Amino acid sequence: MRKCKVENIYTLLGEISKNAKLYIPVDQVNGAKFTEYAEGLTLSNALKTERSIKDFFFPQTENLVDFKVSGKIIEIIDNRSEMEDFVIFGARACDVRSMEILDRVFLSEPVDTYYANRRAHGIIISMACNRPAETCFCSTFGIDASKPAGDIVCYKGENEYVFEGVTEKGKNLLEKLNAVTENGGEDTAKIVQTEIKTILDKLPLKDVKADKFGKDKTDKFFNAPEWKTLSEACLGCGTCTFVCPTCQCYDIKDFNTNSGVKRFRCWDSCMYSDFTRMSAGQPRPTQLERFRQRFMHKLVYYPTNNDGIFGCVGCGRCLSRCPISMNIVKVMKKLGEGDNE
Amino acid sequence: MQKITREILIDKAAFLLSTGVVGSVFGWRAGEFDYDVTPALFTDKTDLKNNFVFGDFCGANVSKYLIKATKNAEEKILVFLKPCDTYSFNQLLTEHRFNREKVYVVGIPCEGMADVRKIKEKAGEGILKISSTEDGVIVDTLYNGTISLKKEDILLERCKNCKSKKHVAYDELIGEDGTVLENDRFDEVAALEAMSPEERFNFWQNELSRCIRCNACRDVCPACTCEKCVFDNPESGVENKAAYNSFEEKMFHIIRAFHVAGRCTDCGECSRVCPQHIPLHLLNRKFIKDINQFYGEYQAGEEVGSRAPLVNYTKEDIEPNDAVNKGDK
Ligand code: SF4
Ligand code: SF4
Ligand code: SF4
Repeated sequence: MRKCKVENIYTLLGEISKNAKLYIPVDQVNGAKFTEYAEGLTLSNALKTERSIKDFFFPQTENLVDFKVSGKIIEIIDNRSEMEDFVIFGARACDVRSMEILDRVFLSEPVDTYYANRRAHGIIISMACNRPAETCFCSTFGIDASKPAGDIVCYKGENEYVFEGVTEKGKNLLEKLNAVTENGGEDTAKIVQTEIKTILDKLPLKDVKADKFGKDKTDKFFNAPEWKTLSEACLGCGTCTFVCPTCQCYDIKDFNTNSGVKRFRCWDSCMYSDFTRMSAGQPRPTQLERFRQRFMHKLVYYPTNNDGIFGCVGCGRCLSRCPISMNIVKVMKKLGEGDNE
Repeated sequence: MQKITREILIDKAAFLLSTGVVGSVFGWRAGEFDYDVTPALFTDKTDLKNNFVFGDFCGANVSKYLIKATKNAEEKILVFLKPCDTYSFNQLLTEHRFNREKVYVVGIPCEGMADVRKIKEKAGEGILKISSTEDGVIVDTLYNGTISLKKEDILLERCKNCKSKKHVAYDELIGEDGTVLENDRFDEVAALEAMSPEERFNFWQNELSRCIRCNACRDVCPACTCEKCVFDNPESGVENKAAYNSFEEKMFHIIRAFHVAGRCTDCGECSRVCPQHIPLHLLNRKFIKDINQFYGEYQAGEEVGSRAPLVNYTKEDIEPNDAVNKGDK
């Protein structure tokens, strides 16, 4: 492990930013946001950024390709610029796990080259969660907030930051930082981990269980009467899907530029009335079906298609962002308590 | 903060249910924490007893839900409305959005509702419990011990500038009715008006560029009740999931503000629900302020059937020229 004094963290960040674009969590009007590093910026103390790290790899909108029409010739223009390396500092355990979930979607055949490109160029420095919030329930999905995954894992102790290189990419980057770090820090990391474990035990949602859900449970829950009450107040705003680190549905839109077409990919939401609309209409005609889709996808369909892995990482963003305070924990509890055998 | 308890409302509801006056109850359902309350329809007395809640986090204006709830309801629905909610209720009736006969309104007093975001800002993350006191709340936290917060520091924006404690619609009232209040709700608008066009543009650019187009502001708005919003209709050409630049959303907000002008009661729900904390109420208040100035004081929802100045031609109406000149000042 390598470590650096708390007061030297900005020197270290400055060092990273010499070779790659660096993003760190900074407090903004509406909470912490990953912001491109510049001297003078202060690291946020917030537990989580409002938006997850998903945005870096799968942005809300991106121009996939342009078509230029001249006469009978249609030119296809791939206007992607050369991708530079970038580093995200301070991703939390839940967000890091969410990348595994997104990888299974975008990196399986046919590989999404836009996503793959960003994945190849991105390095994630995760940060153990010193102060989990009441809305956190990552342990439900077997995530250890005291020991996140990531290319490099960082622990913030009272006096020092400790870094552990995990992947090849991470180890290489850490080596480049030898001038601003020194060996050691194992003790600090241990102390931080123990402290975090004590707090995790006190979290109000620590007992939320997902065992009733998972692979092949479609028949059990699809027609559950509880969906009606659960979905009745849902506005269909899709905020939950936007802030969710694992929601990955998108739409492709063509815009006529008169001399051709600009093709965009943009996030879509299963909560919207025009989602997957086909010539025969909307397969999920009311908000009940749309609402059910989101939660069934996380708790049943995704695990069914992905070796039992859940599509939620317990980050709690949908708990704190939903305008009507409906969320996956309420859904799990309600469906779990009902007898849907 | 709230003077009226959930027990009083539950008793009232249980009584109206058992006497057959109503068949269901629209109110608020308790959540996992003290603050995550969800609007809900109750049909069952046990459910009502266990899960109905009324407290400082019942800011949600439930009047718009009546459109959906009354559609298939065979019996009357009891709805508890705070003073500000009754203005939306009337406005919906003015626009014939639901059948008044299907609703039984119990007006309830309100001491102002709390904004959990403000509480989180002050008490930090890790909120275990929030208890109400006479003039504020006490918050038990994981990391900062127990913190008392004063009412004026945690009120929702709209409650800080509460326009009325008077119920403009009800079948029955719990407690004494209040009065229309003096308030400072146009101060912020005046501050915006005092800016140079460039400053103002920057202000809105900064605010609106955060918009993620979730449309929660529209979805919650009691004045936005079109069956199919033009922004959800792929055929309209303006349905907009892919923003061309970060400020394109301004068009949506300006169009929406025009669309609700004269019908917006200033219930403040848009700003309350915006996950990006955009002060949307300022746009609508600018319209209200202008309408007041150009056509005389007008409060949408004050009475059912009133004609908003924008849809009511009179010979005294201000000429466009004068409006422009007046606006310049
Ligand atoms: S469903 Fe909610 S808690 Fe789960 S990962 Fe998505 S936003 Fe986080
Ligand atoms: S569950 Fe909440 S955040 Fe999600 S679409 Fe419904 S109202 Fe919006
Ligand atoms: S609620 Fe906020 S983020 Fe959503 S569309 Fe409205 S202004 Fe934009």
